[in-house]
Amino acid sequence: MNARDKMLSWIGHALLYGFLILIFIVTFTPFWQILVLSINDGTDSLRGGFLLWPREFSFESYAAVFSNSEILNAAKLTALRTVIGAPLSVICIAMLAYSLSKRDLVGNRGITLFFIFTMYFSGGLIPTYMIVKSLGLIDNFLVFIFPGLINIFWMILVRTFMEGLPHEIEESAEIDGANDVQVFFRVILPVCTPVLATVGLFAAIYHWNAWYDSYIYTYKPELKTLQAVLVKILNQYQTGDMLTQAQQLANEAKKIPVTSESIRMAVTMVATLPIILMYPFLQKYFLKGMLLGAVKS
Amino acid sequence: MHENAAMPRPVQKEPGPKRQVPHWMKKMFRQRFLYLLLLPGAIWAICFAYGPMAGLYMAFIDYQPGLGDFWSRFFSSEFVGFQWFKYFFAGQDFLIVLRNTLVSSTLTLAIGFVIPILIAISLNEVKNMAFKRVVQTVSYMPYFISWVIAANIFVTLLSADGLLNELLKSLGWIDESILFMQEGKLFWGIVAGANTWKDMGYNSIMYLAAIASLNPELFEAAKVDGAGRLRQIWNITLPLLKPTIVILLILQVGNLLNTAFDQYYLLGNSLNREYSDVIDTYAFRYGIQSGMLSYATAVGLFKSVVAFLMVLTVNGIARKLESNSLF
Repeated sequence: MNARDKMLSWIGHALLYGFLILIFIVTFTPFWQILVLSINDGTDSLRGGFLLWPREFSFESYAAVFSNSEILNAAKLTALRTVIGAPLSVICIAMLAYSLSKRDLVGNRGITLFFIFTMYFSGGLIPTYMIVKSLGLIDNFLVFIFPGLINIFWMILVRTFMEGLPHEIEESAEIDGANDVQVFFRVILPVCTPVLATVGLFAAIYHWNAWYDSYIYTYKPELKTLQAVLVKILNQYQTGDMLTQAQQLANEAKKIPVTSESIRMAVTMVATLPIILMYPFLQKYFLKGMLLGAVKS
Repeated sequence: MHENAAMPRPVQKEPGPKRQVPHWMKKMFRQRFLYLLLLPGAIWAICFAYGPMAGLYMAFIDYQPGLGDFWSRFFSSEFVGFQWFKYFFAGQDFLIVLRNTLVSSTLTLAIGFVIPILIAISLNEVKNMAFKRVVQTVSYMPYFISWVIAANIFVTLLSADGLLNELLKSLGWIDESILFMQEGKLFWGIVAGANTWKDMGYNSIMYLAAIASLNPELFEAAKVDGAGRLRQIWNITLPLLKPTIVILLILQVGNLLNTAFDQYYLLGNSLNREYSDVIDTYAFRYGIQSGMLSYATAVGLFKSVVAFLMVLTVNGIARKLESNSLF
């Protein structure tokens, strides 16, 4: 290598690492900023200036958030819908995927098209609202479970995986006289664990992150999920309400170091944390699942 | 498989004229447990996908919200034809929401499309595995959080005393804080930036996988010929990635009209509405909040139909390109 090449190589590496470090900073800093604002003394944050490290540690905002019954209830409700909704989704998606993976199923093409079409065309916001209403799902916990029960994209993922399974594993069970339902539960489900774990994680994230259903389809305060409560807080912040919910909470806490801002940050962190805790599992499974889907589409 | 090839595909489910039970019906009976397994999915599709599609009829009637049964009022409302569509196209709102939808999604595409490719190529060059893993892990993170959290983060960073204003001030670029969320004209840029921030890491995975699947011998051969890393990227990696890039690009163009609802609704406010209002938020406001259900349905239907046609066209083009291998 001559001097010129060395120089070029050095510049290339500097640009490369510089770009990736920039990407890191751009994605990481916003999360870090929220964390810092949530654990910094609320009144101190009002002084402004660069806050990349808490100037005065204070966990009062978290104390106020966790002593608030509305937010605690919302967190419990969100956890409940995730724990019930995600496994139910996975089972129903797997059942559908299994029958559609049978290419000799009479009418397979038509039935598959029937499901695929729903990916490309939908009735839209208002008709969906009216249907949900006419099914009696308004102000009903089940509205969190049923409308989002099936995701066709995930179903295709599972179906692709099932199509790759060797036929022999089913044949031995069929010889033993098991019907398709028995074969599905005893033989197919256990060997599909990897793809079902991927879909299960996606479904769990979907449930934890969902806000629209709770925001639109429920009116009772006890049916507001964590994300829906956060939307309310965000709306109040955006419209500049004088007595926001976060402010109210801060007043209730009767502690000076808590402000509506630090409360909003603490709630945001509480809503983010479970996703970050699930992250190691996500890392392990989602890449695999995503690539499976990519191959197909 | 073999049986399937011999059997004509049934178009109708009614029994044929022959007295003997047709072969495919016997087969259906044998497969009854498979139909049982797809029953929950079918019920879901009928209730929550095809039900709302049937409800689109609301766009052609004068549906009056009120008490009572939805379906009985649905069928007894006055038929008005295309009145709501005419009303929408004649008004000024139509051009504004269409402009906002198209401009902000085009901007998202312009900013958000190239960055994932750059990330994937750069990550592929990094030899330090720990560094690579850290950047990857952190860059995927925004994809997994909800738009509610992302919107909360963005309004915080962009507030008058937020991190971005502090940064610009300390660099001496501005003296007074910029009111990002109140300045309507900035909204398109903000939403494009937010979209890019949320998806760039995740979108890079596809390209990383495509690069990983390239034949390493090509790079070995180039190295022997004395090609540097940059030359290899330019002459091998990029040309081989081109099919992937083109397909993903045209698929995204097909989705230009399919702006998601969340970020526009959550980042939008009354001050930036002239720029933040897209077709979906507009329909939402008129339908759910003002009770003009038929009008809002018509607006939504217009979008669904145009978006569907765009996606179909673009999928057709993508398929053609793939099969002709024009690259």
